[in-house]
Amino acid sequence: MADFDIPAYRTIKIIPKPVEGTMAHVKPYFAKPEHQEALGFPGEKPENWKQIAIDKLGEIVKKYKSVALFMDICVKCGSCTDKCHYYIGTSDAKNMPVARQDLLRKVYRRYFTFAGKYFPWLVGAVDLTEEIIDEWYVYYHQCSQCRRCSVFCPYGIDTAEISMAAREILDAIGIGQKYCNEILGKAQKIGNNLGLPGPALENTLEGLEEDIEDETGVVVKMPLDVKGADILLVTPSADFFAEPHIDGLIGYAKVFHAAGASWTMSTYASEAGNFGMFIGNYANTQKLTMRIRKAALDLGVKRLVFGECGHAWRVAYSFMNTMAGPFDFLDPKYPVPEHICEYTNNLIEAGKLNLDPSLNDDMVLTFHDSCNIARGSRMGKKAGGQFEIPRAVIKAVCNNYVDMPHDTIKEVTFCCGGGGGLLTDDIMEVRVKGALPRMEALDEVTREHGVTHMAAICAICKSQFTKVIPYYGFSMDQIVSIHQLVSNAIILDGQQTESTTEPDKKSAD
Amino acid sequence: MTFIIAGFYYIAFIIFVGGVLLKIKQYWTTPAPIKIPTTPAPTTRLGVLYRMGKEIIVFESLFKSNKWIWIFGWLFHFGMFAVLFRHLRYFLDPVPVIVVMMQPLKYAAFAMLIGLSGLLFRRIFVARIRYISDPSDILMLILMLGIGISGTMMTFFGNVDIVATKSFFIGILTFNFQPFPTHPMLLIHLILVAVLMLIFPFSKLLHAPGIFFSPTRNQVDNAREKRHIAPWAAKLDKTRSV
Repeated sequence: MADFDIPAYRTIKIIPKPVEGTMAHVKPYFAKPEHQEALGFPGEKPENWKQIAIDKLGEIVKKYKSVALFMDICVKCGSCTDKCHYYIGTSDAKNMPVARQDLLRKVYRRYFTFAGKYFPWLVGAVDLTEEIIDEWYVYYHQCSQCRRCSVFCPYGIDTAEISMAAREILDAIGIGQKYCNEILGKAQKIGNNLGLPGPALENTLEGLEEDIEDETGVVVKMPLDVKGADILLVTPSADFFAEPHIDGLIGYAKVFHAAGASWTMSTYASEAGNFGMFIGNYANTQKLTMRIRKAALDLGVKRLVFGECGHAWRVAYSFMNTMAGPFDFLDPKYPVPEHICEYTNNLIEAGKLNLDPSLNDDMVLTFHDSCNIARGSRMGKKAGGQFEIPRAVIKAVCNNYVDMPHDTIKEVTFCCGGGGGLLTDDIMEVRVKGALPRMEALDEVTREHGVTHMAAICAICKSQFTKVIPYYGFSMDQIVSIHQLVSNAIILDGQQTESTTEPDKKSAD
Repeated sequence: MTFIIAGFYYIAFIIFVGGVLLKIKQYWTTPAPIKIPTTPAPTTRLGVLYRMGKEIIVFESLFKSNKWIWIFGWLFHFGMFAVLFRHLRYFLDPVPVIVVMMQPLKYAAFAMLIGLSGLLFRRIFVARIRYISDPSDILMLILMLGIGISGTMMTFFGNVDIVATKSFFIGILTFNFQPFPTHPMLLIHLILVAVLMLIFPFSKLLHAPGIFFSPTRNQVDNAREKRHIAPWAAKLDKTRSV
């Protein structure tokens, strides 16, 4: 199944001993020159790459307080060393968050600090060389920017910030990662990460409408580019074709239908995900975010709702207002943007949805908190709403729910192993090994509480899990979307349900 | 001797204060172009004060992370703060009542030494921490231990002329130089402290002022309500089409 060893579950959660270089051989494919150039990066490594890289580092330190500070203030206390899922899964010393940061920090010290310039041996400062660039490429693509380390750092040092900075420097010298940069190009040119053109989207949505009608007997619309609709739904493009994402999309449509909402999707902004963040590039992130603003303006909508996606929600929640705001042309009664779980939960609390949780009785659920939602955003009015609201939705539509161990969820949730631009098959080994801590937690609740399914709330988590859990002995259909569960349990007006034929149906009395 | 020590202290003091101020200026003025608080984060300024207070006083994040580092780190830092507070008696005349009352704080020196020893032990014997340590990380602990041990020796076993030491320091502060009371332990103690001041602005010791500027900790979670535009990002904004 794989040409590498699948890590075994740790019966006691022992932290592995650091071994240098166990993952040095795994690096993602390089972006082609045309992909680089489309994003405004050089297509190939220039002659004076070293100077460009150092200048870029200097520029980033001037532009970002986070990087400026984090380069200086780490005291190497070791608090983060055992917190990264990639370190736990690979034992590679350079996958310890502080060691990963040090790959950049040792160069920063050499060129930008007094100590590093005059006493490099004392502070571990080194010259920038080809080997260092190679190390950056390898290890900054073994970080999913999940921010778990930043929770535990006494100064809040966030390796994601460092990792984004490093990728930005690499891009500036023509060394891009194929997966991220090719996708960014597609999203900017066509409107979504998958490069699905308008007609293909339309086709897919029509097919889904038919499926819903066949299943429920109710005509549920999946509107596209409807001018004057109230709500613009922006969702990750994986929702249009991948499993179990697409069942989530059906769920959103049913919820909108049940609420009697006027809504639409957009072909121009048919992507919630924003890979600009992964490569740490403000301009590219902003450019993609602006597509959503433009779509909202062109369609004349009043509200913006985002589908289930982790880093998309971080960009939408935390960056969109800053990068593409102000959204004063939208209805001020609603937050901009809203998460689909906020939207659905409000309807549930108002009693506006007809739900029968027993329709999910064939499952025992647990929930995987996505890292970018857990540690990079919020839902609802209160801090921590991002943990409560998805669980409230699940519990309203399922009778059997169990949390995974407390040290693996909510604020300290483990990444799925495929976030941050790593969801590409050329680094499968990183993805499988990085999933170890989550798989251990899932295994525990499976054994102790008979959990059968894990709900996820992010397109990347869903894709990553369906791909890697078979390596750990689970099956891919054990991963479900939250709105897939909603879809199962919701009873639309006029719906012919299976229970119509059951004897306990009221009309039969 | 008096003038060498006094001169050394003036230089160390200028570099320490000047260097730290320059770094604070850098941290203060470098923009944070987007909202990146590690969430769940407070939604109000007051909430942020509470969060920062917990970080600084009880090392909350470290507590969540690792109880050993936390206990040694906390003993060291708060032992040191207590000892520093007690040091006011060597600079202030008359000694304020509160400082006199806090005389038992001299035992805090042992907390500081235990904390430092624990951290040094971990740095050497825990493989993960050994891997991430540079020579400077070890030397820094040894330097602090040197300061702590020499100070403790004087307080508990020494025969240092405290009155003369105090007038020497007040002399430095008031440019009215008094003879340096030559005592090997005091000489070691003072030289190490001056070295610490000298390296402060060039080292990881910047974590002390730095923590207050950490955007993942000091930002309010209000990104949906407020825009948060850095000056350089505002220029990009102007190129927007809609």
